[in-house]
Amino acid sequence: MTVPSTQTVVYEWLRHDKKFPHVWCPGCGLGILLGALVRALAASGLTKDQVALVSGIGCAGRLPVYVDVGSIHTTHGRALTFATGIKLSKPELTVVVVMGDGDAMAIGGNHLIHAARRNLDLVAVVVNNRTFGMTGGQFSPTTPMGAKTTTALYGHIEPEFDIAAVCATAGAALVARSTVYHVDRLERLLLQALQKKGFSVVEVMSPCYTNFGRQNLMASHVVMMKQLKEQGIPVERWQKMSEIERRGSFPLGVLVDRDLPGYLDSYREVCKTAAKLRSEGKI
Amino acid sequence: MIKRQARLLQGNEAIVHGALAAGCNFFAGYPITPSSEIMELMSRELPVRGDVFIQMEDEIASLGACIGAGLAGRKAMTATSGPGFSLMQENFGYACMAETPVVVVNVMRAGPSTGMPTNVAQGDVQQARWGTHGDHPCIALCPSTVAECYELTVVAFNHAERFRTPVVLLSDEMVAHTREKVVLPHPEDVEVIDRRRPTVPPDWYVPYKTDGSLIPRLADLGEGYRYHVTGLTHDERGFPTRRLDEVQQFYTRLFAKISRQFHYLENVKDYYLDDCELLIIAYGCSARSARAAVRLGRERGLKVGLLQLLSLWPFPRRPVSEALNGKIAVLVPELNLGQLRREVLRVNDGRTAVIGLNKLDGTMITPEEILTRLRVIK
Repeated sequence: MTVPSTQTVVYEWLRHDKKFPHVWCPGCGLGILLGALVRALAASGLTKDQVALVSGIGCAGRLPVYVDVGSIHTTHGRALTFATGIKLSKPELTVVVVMGDGDAMAIGGNHLIHAARRNLDLVAVVVNNRTFGMTGGQFSPTTPMGAKTTTALYGHIEPEFDIAAVCATAGAALVARSTVYHVDRLERLLLQALQKKGFSVVEVMSPCYTNFGRQNLMASHVVMMKQLKEQGIPVERWQKMSEIERRGSFPLGVLVDRDLPGYLDSYREVCKTAAKLRSEGKI
Repeated sequence: MIKRQARLLQGNEAIVHGALAAGCNFFAGYPITPSSEIMELMSRELPVRGDVFIQMEDEIASLGACIGAGLAGRKAMTATSGPGFSLMQENFGYACMAETPVVVVNVMRAGPSTGMPTNVAQGDVQQARWGTHGDHPCIALCPSTVAECYELTVVAFNHAERFRTPVVLLSDEMVAHTREKVVLPHPEDVEVIDRRRPTVPPDWYVPYKTDGSLIPRLADLGEGYRYHVTGLTHDERGFPTRRLDEVQQFYTRLFAKISRQFHYLENVKDYYLDDCELLIIAYGCSARSARAAVRLGRERGLKVGLLQLLSLWPFPRRPVSEALNGKIAVLVPELNLGQLRREVLRVNDGRTAVIGLNKLDGTMITPEEILTRLRVIK
């Protein structure tokens, strides 16, 4: 199989009638994710008609509009609920949900854990830039303690959520993490998530220089990229590290991969049982 | 001819039968009294047909799933009561904005907040109209009997499909839990309207471009029509826009598609209006008491009549205005502090006295209470 060039993939998968440039700031990681996502979609062998892209509100929520698939930009935090309705209605569609950390973990935290528990066949891509970027850099559930934000001028005092760990505990079939710096790994993980049966989560660590980096005295988005490079440790190496060595870093790669009964399969069984009982006159 | 079978049904059950007759094939909900019977019956019936039932993690998720399903071509419904209806308001606005057909049943109970669960009230009339933020068009229907629950659920689906808009079915605890004999029509006799889908090839499809009807055609997601849906103001292609000309055009059309059809949406019933001097305007469970009051009043020589409103929003101005002409006084009995009376006053414009009969104690207004008030007025 010949691998199509990036230009070909971009030309094929991005909308031609959508006005560019995109809405993201210079130094944002979302463009890198967009590239990785369309390359993974192209590599998966899916056609554009087989994919629906759903998002919530925020900078990450603006991603689907650029991709030439059925794209739904929903309400804040509720993307997974819309995606649930779409997937159940059209099980043959591959439904990818793009959310930010505030979207997925703050306002939409309830939906994320329940979607993971339900194990419906969705791909959730959670872009974690550790802040509410679009609204001006307020702290999010993944903002590190001590960081300065527009609503934590004296330093953030709440512990942060580990999105991947939450999803793993809640029962997701596949949980993976990458950064936008480790873009090859990101692309591979997205492809793996697309091919996985069940609820898969890919957490994507991404820099927000404009509204997080500047407040925390980081010199530039390049510095933030370098930081991601240093903080992200492949999970194989991470497991061998001591507690002290792990401080300030996070594991990359597939963190959880398990085969669980999927919601769709189970629901088909329910339908069969119900039809049988009705034909026997028992309900 | 097959003999139609009379059945003993609860209002909530009749809503399910009506929904299924109208083609409902997706239900997402969250338990809440006094609407739960709808979800329970749906969980039994939809899997039998191979259609989708899902219990979600909350009411926000329920309506979200329904909107997703609506875009994917399903006829979706959710059912809830006051607190759940409050939670749904943001997604309700999304459905208005993205022009998604969906039916939301709100079985009213006494509020605000947790209020008196399982006690009847009619306090969500104005919420149904103005609950979500921003100006938006709205269709809301209100049954008073089990038979009307069935009929209006079918109408709700037809309006949702025809107008590409969310429709509220405003039932109440009393109507929901009353058991009555009803004769359900044959499924073939039920008029079912389906949304207009595009007939052009995908390349030519412009998702929010409309013809004279002002209602754009809706393609099912995943059928080759790749388009964008957003809660942002959007242009004809569905892409976000803030251009003054496009935004203005968008809002104008969103309202006009409903306001042009006011006559079609008006739904009222009248009892003894011809020679009546005292008029009652009522809806929902209060209309039941009002019907009894009219009957009792007529027996006692009182020239009283009733205009029952089955469609609350858009407010049926024309029939209300006609009914107000030449009346000594108008009584609006309702289980709130005058939410509909306010609308009647707007239409009345000083012609006659519009008097409220309001109750908030979680019990019905009785026919005797209405008659007593009428005698005082007279």
